[in-house]
Amino acid sequence: MSAHTTELVVFTLLFLLVSGMGFVAARWRRPDNIESLNEWGLGGRNFGTWITWFLVGGDLYTAYTFVAVPALMFSAGALGFYALPYTVIIYPLVFLVLARMWSVSHVHGFVTPADFVRARFGSPTLALLIAITGLVATMPYIALQLVGIEAVLKTMGITGHLPIIIAFAILAAYTYQSGLRAPALIAFVKDTLIYVVILAAVIYIPAKLGGWGSIFDAAQAKFAASPNPADGITLNASNQLQYITLAFGSALALFLYPHSLTGVLASKNRGVIKRNMSALPAYSFLLGLIALLGFMAIAAGTKPVVGANGKADTNTIVPALFDQMFPDWFAGVAYAAIGIGALVPAAIMSIAAANLFTRNIYREYLNKNATDAQEAKVSKLVSLVVKVGAVLCILMLDPQFSIDLQLIGGVIILQTLPSVALGLYTRWFHKGGLIAGWAFGLGAGMWMLYLIPNPASGKAHFGGSAFSLGNFGFDTKMTIYAGFLALAVNLIVAVLGTYLFRALKVADGKDATSRDDYFADEGDPKVKPMDLTGTH
Amino acid sequence: MTTPRDTGRRTDRSPWNWLLFVPIVLPLLTFLFNSDEPRLLGFPVFYWLQIAFIAVGVGCTTLVYRMTK
Repeated sequence: MSAHTTELVVFTLLFLLVSGMGFVAARWRRPDNIESLNEWGLGGRNFGTWITWFLVGGDLYTAYTFVAVPALMFSAGALGFYALPYTVIIYPLVFLVLARMWSVSHVHGFVTPADFVRARFGSPTLALLIAITGLVATMPYIALQLVGIEAVLKTMGITGHLPIIIAFAILAAYTYQSGLRAPALIAFVKDTLIYVVILAAVIYIPAKLGGWGSIFDAAQAKFAASPNPADGITLNASNQLQYITLAFGSALALFLYPHSLTGVLASKNRGVIKRNMSALPAYSFLLGLIALLGFMAIAAGTKPVVGANGKADTNTIVPALFDQMFPDWFAGVAYAAIGIGALVPAAIMSIAAANLFTRNIYREYLNKNATDAQEAKVSKLVSLVVKVGAVLCILMLDPQFSIDLQLIGGVIILQTLPSVALGLYTRWFHKGGLIAGWAFGLGAGMWMLYLIPNPASGKAHFGGSAFSLGNFGFDTKMTIYAGFLALAVNLIVAVLGTYLFRALKVADGKDATSRDDYFADEGDPKVKPMDLTGTH
Repeated sequence: MTTPRDTGRRTDRSPWNWLLFVPIVLPLLTFLFNSDEPRLLGFPVFYWLQIAFIAVGVGCTTLVYRMTK
């Protein structure tokens, strides 16, 4: 423990600094009255290009990126690099979609994706399904942020769950008070720390290890010696399709997560979003370099920390690498970067989840005439409940298991794509068809995940997201991302279902949006807050 | 301030939008870069070319944004 004193002191000081900022954030760009969802949950819907860049960047590039992706590179090689093409594809993919989402939400005062679905398809049932899907998919994602913080604490020799509970209690307190302003303000510090740490890492560590060439050679030597035929520093016949579908499927899923939309809706106009779609790839560059930390760990001969259960925890590989290569004080800075990098998204995710509950469950089913202040109150309380739930996830489940849950989360959230993303372009789908597609897609996804074993951890089911095409009787070792197939099932059923419900003349919902709503911009005098039902 | 009702005039359609497909499709064509050689600064082509695609993405989205503003 004493070997880590300097690291611990630096880590704690930086952690306390951002916690202080979290509480002060309530006064930043201070509104007249923070007691409404527009203020507490969306920071006043008034963030410009810079704040949005930090905020959206802060919530897309999470502890998962800093901890799990390099860990995957460390153990599986090239496949883990899917995270890079994934973040290249995503911005052109959603460039037009998010601008439309912003406009229609701006005109109608939507706070969540389910709000949009409610108004577009005139179906409270479909909106409820979308809301629950979002909540379920977000929970394990928050829990994963805790895994990131735990990995750092473990490397500093701190075990047990008390520190993580304290950290989350502080996070919960300032999120309760400041709402979205807290993570938006902290994101500045987080990103500065991360840029400094990563730039130092990619210059300093390769220099110590004899250059990039020898890092890749060391990785190649390790994978050549391993018995697993699927690893290596390039792809092979069995995982190429998995790589492509994982990158594409993850890109489709990312902006369906309620928390990514939170950052987008908080921006002040369409231009801010489009500019950000061009500027956010600066993070992708960073992400590519972070992923390669996994190979650096191989070249440096880093060993992951062995957990209490006697098994090595690969999540600790990056913190362990920093511990080995950096002077103590800078390792402390690096740990703070990872820890704070986990807190920012956790705060945004809990706010988004709370907004979903308030808007699409509380206001829809429990208190139809809720005032702005009541909505804000409920959201604040639910944000606390969500965090307690995430902590319980970690305390009761094996963290290794929660990473599998995250993969399942991606498969789940993808099933909202036809209603949310395609809904922005077309009203062709019948609400019944969308509900049927959602149900079949989810069913197919769960069935596939159930069939995926994980030889490394010895589990027979829910062992990852790479579905073997051999399950369909093909004579092949090829694998594919389960979410991708599940989405295909969803779309086919939604199309067939739409034809069927039309043929049976089942009444469809009423569309409360009009064509022009999708192109509205800042300054248009059309903002009608809380207009969900199309009573005009 | 824009006028409130310029019905049917506004749109996000533009031929420039086709350019967005380039950075979506390019990173998915694994046969382009799935090898070790040629290396650049020690990076196998699998890594340096995919990192270079970030610049393609930034270029295309920036151009589309400028031309459709």
